[in-house]
Order: sequence, then structure tokens, then C-alpha cells
Amino acid sequence: MSDPAKSTKPVPLLEIKGVHKTYFMDGVSVKALRGINLTINQGEFTSIMGASGSGKSTLMNILGCLDRPTKGSYLIESHDVSKLSKDELAVIRNKKIGFIFQGFNLLSRTSALENVEMPMIYAGIRSSERRARAMDALTSVGLKGREHHQSNQLSGGQQQRVAIARSLVNRPSLILADEPTGNLDSRSSVEIMGILQNLNSRGITIVLITHEPDIVLFSRRKIHLRDGHILSDDPILNSLKAEEELAKLPPVFEEAEKEAVKA
Amino acid sequence: MNVLSVFKLALISLGRNKMRSFLTALGIIIGVGSVITMVGLGLGAYSSVQDQISKMGTNLIMISPGSSNQRGMMMGMGSMTTLKEADAQAIQMECPSLAAVSPIVRTSAQIVFASQNWTSSVMGIGVDYLTVRSWAVETGREFTEREIKGSGKVCIIGKTVSDNLFGSVNPIGKVIRVKKMPMEVVGVLVSRGQTGMGQDQDDIILAPLTTIQRRMMGITNINMIYASARSDSMVDSGKEEITRVLRHRHRLVEKEADDFDIRTQADMAAMAGSTLGIITLLLGSIASVSLIVGGIGIMNIMLVSVTERTREIGIRMAIGARGQDILTQFLVEAVALSSVGGIMGISLGVGLTHIITSFTEWPVQVSIPAVVISFLFSAVVGIFFGLYPAWKASHLDPIEALRFE
Repeated sequence: MSDPAKSTKPVPLLEIKGVHKTYFMDGVSVKALRGINLTINQGEFTSIMGASGSGKSTLMNILGCLDRPTKGSYLIESHDVSKLSKDELAVIRNKKIGFIFQGFNLLSRTSALENVEMPMIYAGIRSSERRARAMDALTSVGLKGREHHQSNQLSGGQQQRVAIARSLVNRPSLILADEPTGNLDSRSSVEIMGILQNLNSRGITIVLITHEPDIVLFSRRKIHLRDGHILSDDPILNSLKAEEELAKLPPVFEEAEKEAVKA
Repeated sequence: MNVLSVFKLALISLGRNKMRSFLTALGIIIGVGSVITMVGLGLGAYSSVQDQISKMGTNLIMISPGSSNQRGMMMGMGSMTTLKEADAQAIQMECPSLAAVSPIVRTSAQIVFASQNWTSSVMGIGVDYLTVRSWAVETGREFTEREIKGSGKVCIIGKTVSDNLFGSVNPIGKVIRVKKMPMEVVGVLVSRGQTGMGQDQDDIILAPLTTIQRRMMGITNINMIYASARSDSMVDSGKEEITRVLRHRHRLVEKEADDFDIRTQADMAAMAGSTLGIITLLLGSIASVSLIVGGIGIMNIMLVSVTERTREIGIRMAIGARGQDILTQFLVEAVALSSVGGIMGISLGVGLTHIITSFTEWPVQVSIPAVVISFLFSAVVGIFFGLYPAWKASHLDPIEALRFE
């Protein structure tokens, strides 16, 4: 990426052209996506909104190369990935996409460090480099000193930060965040959004799937999905700054309290 | 993904469920352990029987009369009465490969001393019998040549007979009645214990050949001839010489079959060896069934593990694990489980073998081929029974797997 934030001509990262997705269940076909056209440029911070059943999850699965469209094409950096095999998709997910999930999806009884190292194992990176890069990633999300905590010894916000570190280590072009704040309290939510904004300012493209309107305000583009169609696609002109919002929240001894309760 | 990190991953995830992993491996542990112990027992029995056979005498050759054919009906081995004392003498004179020869007659008789009685097998023997059998008397003396040739009423008794008739009394010089015939005990044999087939070799009375043959049994033929070759390499030539001498003496024409039967120690060892080989194989294969049962245990737990870890599989797939990465991970886990079980089984088997050795007289042996084969087999069991669960894991749909609670 050659400094996409400042480049005058936007470079398309994801191009979705006439994508349909139809599921067949018990002989009944369910049309989850009915002709989606969407381009996301490098360096964008896009939110995809919609009620349940709007096709939001299906679109996310296709964007994340977990699923293939029934019809239409999907290009990542101008490469068509809609016809790739399962294993080829796995390689794309490994190298190009970082996932952040609502339920964190860390491996239980595994240290933060090992969780973050995992994508690099599948990328075939040597263990000394893996360790160094995982340490860096954890430091960048503010978890220095907690590398050897197991995932169940961390709070929700901390677990989500480990997940963000994990999504970063293979230097992906896209971070796909599926309801990343769904399981978090408001303060942790804003903190997480702050980390994502920070990453975005460093040039990483982020796609956020959520149904919370106040979370959407931290992004810079809002796509509304309904019944498998794009209902609206608007830029957010005055998006919130996580740092400022954090300052507005009542000063907390919450964190200290939580620690006390845990102990 | 390199092999080392795959193995590390497998050991870490097995380590998370130590008790379960141990119980799963237990099937393999017991399987490998019992194969090694069973084969060890079989080999121990084998070498003990071989040992017994070699103790029967040195370079022993046994000649018995052939089976008789009465109007087409074959009688049992040794049922012919064609073997005579003169045959034994001729063999002794005319066979240069032989060191010693002794004719033998056998019967069983009741023996009485004072108020005690005992039934034992009675053997009439030639001068060289004890030499041929490489046997000796423990107390007293052997027969003199005069006693043997003159049908002397003397006997040498085995340890079992001595214990039963005399208890703690010294039997030398005492007169016992063998089938009512009074005989003086001149010696007691060195104890030889049981044969590999469980026969008591000490339950015996030896007497001069003619005493038993003529006076007691009233026959003119003999039951057997024992001979010993001068050396191990002369056993075969001795066998040929005996055949030639006996065929000539019995006036057999070329087409006629031998009317006698010659067996060497090597023949007996081969016979016993093949029987015990079959028993060892049988024991080993019964034990290896438990290896297969152990493998099924591994498959069962691996299937449970795949279901339990569906979410983990989903996460790994989402962040870039290919089908083959997941397959390898679970396969290596199964193989690690079975090979660690195999190694523990080897120590169990070797340990059991040593314990059994210390409790029995059998020289139980740890068979290196059995150790190697059962270990390799356990690894193969891991691959075979791990393949299906691993395949199942690798074919999960990442979306479904991530949604799995």
C-alpha cells in the first residue's frame, strides 16, 4: 500500500459485482443476497448495517472468503476470488484478511501470545520471527506484559484486543470486524473502536459489521442492507473520535474494580 | 507448517486432557505390553524345552522299532518286536561315528519296601546308558559290567522313587521288591526334574537289561536303543550307519521300508520348536487383538475431540488453516497418542517380563522383534484409526464450525 490515505485517486481493494447468494435448505431456496454491487477502496473504514435476515452475515462470509457467491464476482486487489477452491480461499484468508469476531474466538486455555502466533504458523513463518511479531502486535494493542495470560484470564476488552493483535500479525490488506463490540461494555467498546480507528489511520482498510448505530458513527462510510439489497450507501461526514468520546465517559475506577472482583 | 510445530501442537493439546489421553492410550499400553509379555513367555518356554532336549544326552540318537502292519491295520509306533539286543551290539561294533550304545526295555511295576509301595516305570539298560544320557548317580554307584551281563538283581532309583519309598532313610544297600523280585538298591540318580512336557524324569528305576527283559518281562526283543554320536557333526553319519547296519541285519531288500525308526535330538527339538512356535504365534495374535481394541478407543476419543473442538477448528480455518493442516493436526495427535502408548507399553511389557522371570524358572526373554513390531504396529493403529476423525475435522465448513456452541 503506497500511502493510500493521502493518494488522490482511490485504489479499489474489494470489488463486488452482481453478487447473489442462494441457500438451499430442505428443498427450499433462500435468497440471502440479491445482486450486490459494492466497491471498497484501500484505506476506507466502512460499516455495514442491517437487521437480522438482511443478508449482513452472508455478505460478511463472502467478503471474508469463508463462502463463495452463487452468482457474480468478487475481486480482492483485482484478483477474482469467487471461483477459488477451499484451500486457495484459506490461503487468501491467511494472508489478506484479519478477522475480529463478536465472541472473540480465541483458543481457550492458550496464552495470548500463542493465539496471536497462530496465523503465522499457517503462513509458515519461522518461530523466532513469529514470537517477535506477536510481541509487537500485542504491544501495539496495549497488552504488553500480558503475553502469557491465558485467554480465560483476560477481560472481554482484553480478549478482543488479543483478537485484534491476531488479525494484524500477517499484515492483512483488510480487517473484517463482525460485531466486535457486541459483547463489551460501553467503555471497552469505545476503546476497541479507538484501536480500529488508529489502525485505519495507518492505512489498513476496515469493514465493520454491526447493528449498533452509535458504533457506526466511529466509521467513515455507512452501508445499509435490507432483504439482500443495498438500501443506502452514505459517507459519514463528522465521524466520532474515540479519544474524545473516551474523555467524555465518566472517569472510571471500573477497571480497578473489575480486577478486584476477579481476584 | 513444519513437522516440529505440528508435533508440538499435538502434544500441547494432548497435555490439556492428561487423564483422558492416558486412559485412551491405556488400550495401546496394555496391547503392546501383552504382546511383548506373551511373545516373551512363548520364547521362554521354547528355550526351556530346547534346553531340556539338549540335557537328554549329548548328540543322542534314539532307535525304536517301526509300526507293525497286521493285515493292513497299522499298529502303533514301536509295536514291532524286531529290535534285539544283538542289534544294539552290532551297532556298537560296526558304527564308527557312535561313542556309546545302550539297549533299553521298559515296563511299569509296583515297587514295595517295608510298608511303603509305589508304582514307577522300570527300565532295563545296557552298560553305557548313563553315558549316553549324560546322567550320573548322586549317591551310591553305577552298575558293574558283571552285574549287567549276569542279570544281577540290583537297581538304581530316581529321586522321586527314593523320596516316596524311603523318605529320609538312606536307600543304598536296602532291598526292594520290584514286581515281587527282590533287588538291591545300589545308587540314586541325580535329580533331573520335569521334562518340558511335564513328565517327571526322576520317577524311574534302572536295572540291568536282561534282569528286566528275561526275568521280569519274559521277552526276547528290546524296546529301544539309545546311542550317542562322537560329536555334533557325526550325528547324521551315525544315523546313516545305523540304518545300513539294521537294514542288513533285518535282511530288508531294497524296496522294503525300514522296520525301525531313528530320531535324533535335533529332530525332537525341531518338533517341539514348531509346536511352541505355533503357540507363541497364537499368544501374540491374541494379544494383538487388544492393540486393535486400543485403536478403536483412540478413534472414539478422537471423534469426541473433533466434536468438542469444532469451534477451535472453525477459528483455525478462518485464520487460514487449510484442510490438510487440520487433517495433519488431528492425525498427528492420534499417532502421538498411540506411539506414546506404544512406548509406555514397551516399558510395561519389559517390566512384566522381568517380574515373571523372577517368579518362574522359565528364562522369559524380551524379544527385540516383538518390541519393534508392536511399536510400529501401534503407530500404524494410530494412523489407521486417526484417519477418519481427522478427515471429518478437515471437511468441516468453517462458517458452521464458527457458529458451533
